[in-house]
Amino acid sequence: MEDCLQTITDYGLRSIGIGERLLPRNDFTLCQQFTLIGSGMIWNIYFGTLALIAGFFLAVAVALGKASANPLIRKPAEWFIFVFRGSPLFIQFFFAYFLFLSLKGSYPIFSPLTSATFGALTVLFLNTAGYSAEIFYGALQSIPKGDTEAADAYGLTGWSKFRRVVYPTMLRLAWPAYTNEAIFLFHSTTLVFFAGFPAFQQKGDALYYARYFADKTFNPFVPYPILAGYFILLTLVIIAIFGWMNGRLNRHLPSATRARLRFRPQLIR
Amino acid sequence: MFGNCADPGALDGLAWLGCYLTTGKHMSLYGSLGTVLLLLAITAPTALLFGFGGATAARSHVAPLRWFGKTYIAIVRGVPDIAFFLFFVIALDQGFEYIRHHVLCPEWPDTVRQGNDFVVCAQAKLPLGNSPQWVHETYGFLLAVLTFAIVFGAFAGNVLFGAMRAVPRAQLETAEAYGMTRGQVTRRVLIPQMWVYALPGLSNLWMVLIKATPLLFLLGVEDIVYWSRELGGAKQPQFTDYPHPDWRMWYFGALLVFYLCFTKVSEIVMDRLMARLTLGQATAGGEAQRRAGA
Repeated sequence: MEDCLQTITDYGLRSIGIGERLLPRNDFTLCQQFTLIGSGMIWNIYFGTLALIAGFFLAVAVALGKASANPLIRKPAEWFIFVFRGSPLFIQFFFAYFLFLSLKGSYPIFSPLTSATFGALTVLFLNTAGYSAEIFYGALQSIPKGDTEAADAYGLTGWSKFRRVVYPTMLRLAWPAYTNEAIFLFHSTTLVFFAGFPAFQQKGDALYYARYFADKTFNPFVPYPILAGYFILLTLVIIAIFGWMNGRLNRHLPSATRARLRFRPQLIR
Repeated sequence: MFGNCADPGALDGLAWLGCYLTTGKHMSLYGSLGTVLLLLAITAPTALLFGFGGATAARSHVAPLRWFGKTYIAIVRGVPDIAFFLFFVIALDQGFEYIRHHVLCPEWPDTVRQGNDFVVCAQAKLPLGNSPQWVHETYGFLLAVLTFAIVFGAFAGNVLFGAMRAVPRAQLETAEAYGMTRGQVTRRVLIPQMWVYALPGLSNLWMVLIKATPLLFLLGVEDIVYWSRELGGAKQPQFTDYPHPDWRMWYFGALLVFYLCFTKVSEIVMDRLMARLTLGQATAGGEAQRRAGA
């Protein structure tokens, strides 16, 4: 137990470069595996949270763009969604990494983007914006006609109609699907350190460390289930938070007609 | 490839590019596109079979079989799939070797797992240590296919299980009223009727499967990602006839376009298939088709 506390102080923040510099090399204990993989979760949460928050705003904008009648706005929005939903995230990561690398050659201002911290975050941000935009677009299309007609009858137009009627209804309808997108985004953060972006000084995410242990011990039956456990916990937390938000969004409805949040993951992207 | 490619240094422009894109290594890159298609061609039916087995087991009246089916379907939820890919490749490999070890050399004194080593007798190695290179590559590929099939089988099982429950109860009752047994109802009504409900989910799964193919790279197969990285890297004049700076960006850009085209074609095919399957079904889509025809 004493040893384990020591391990936690040594490796608890290893993934962000605080604590022991060398990773354990032999005689791996269960405690070390739990600590390091848990420490890697910091990255998964960092990528997931920031990309989700930033992506939300872009997604709303793109969804409105796709619903626009003006082809000059609609076409770019459609293309944005198609490119990010139609190609593998894995390839997007590689492409973006090498793109940033060559941009860095001509413009030094791009050099932060070649690190996972900002570069991978940018890719995840654009990717989740693409997927969420499609969800929000679908929700925009299924806003009940009566709602917008009622808004018209009240004389609401433009911004106030959007803010008071269209936007809340869209969110409400899209929320269950958006919850899945959020869970799924957190899962895809595990790809970051396998796709071009280097893990500087072995500062990696949970899967990076799980694979480290699996490679060193040649025993996949310990690190991967630990990783799975952490992710199931994270998924439950996300469902709890989004479920609470779902309740807020639907609080004006009688409880029987509220959309229940169901966890239906969309698998890989 | 072409006769004028003998001296690439003297070429320029399109002629150079033509020669460059037809070198032996580029042929391997194009060949690995075939690997992707082969993976899809083998995995899709296998995964469907696994999924079908899982869904049928989950509906079984025998409790342990039902539990097995439901666990299999549920197991991939909540955990990143890439973790499953990394896990199954080693786990399957070790599992096969472990079984072969116990069958082939029962008199072996030591345990298989010694600290950080996994030791089996020489006869139990898969593939055997003295087998040629292509056997190793094929074995690696088949392991990857099996991994994909297990993971995607669980997803497909989820879709098919839902589709089986979506078939209108009245249709099954009608079949029962005609005196069909449980097996007959399943074979003659449930399975033919479920596809229209399963297709949206399965087509989504197909798109996801296409997008999962680059993960072959992580499983140690020399696929398009591997070759793009190899070929795109900067080449010095002393090592190659075709020196060029770091072109990996263009190679991955080309891959991106390849996948986009693949997705687009699949979408068109799936739409056609859906229109075909919707014909005459008691769904909104079927009703719309009937009205349009009338």
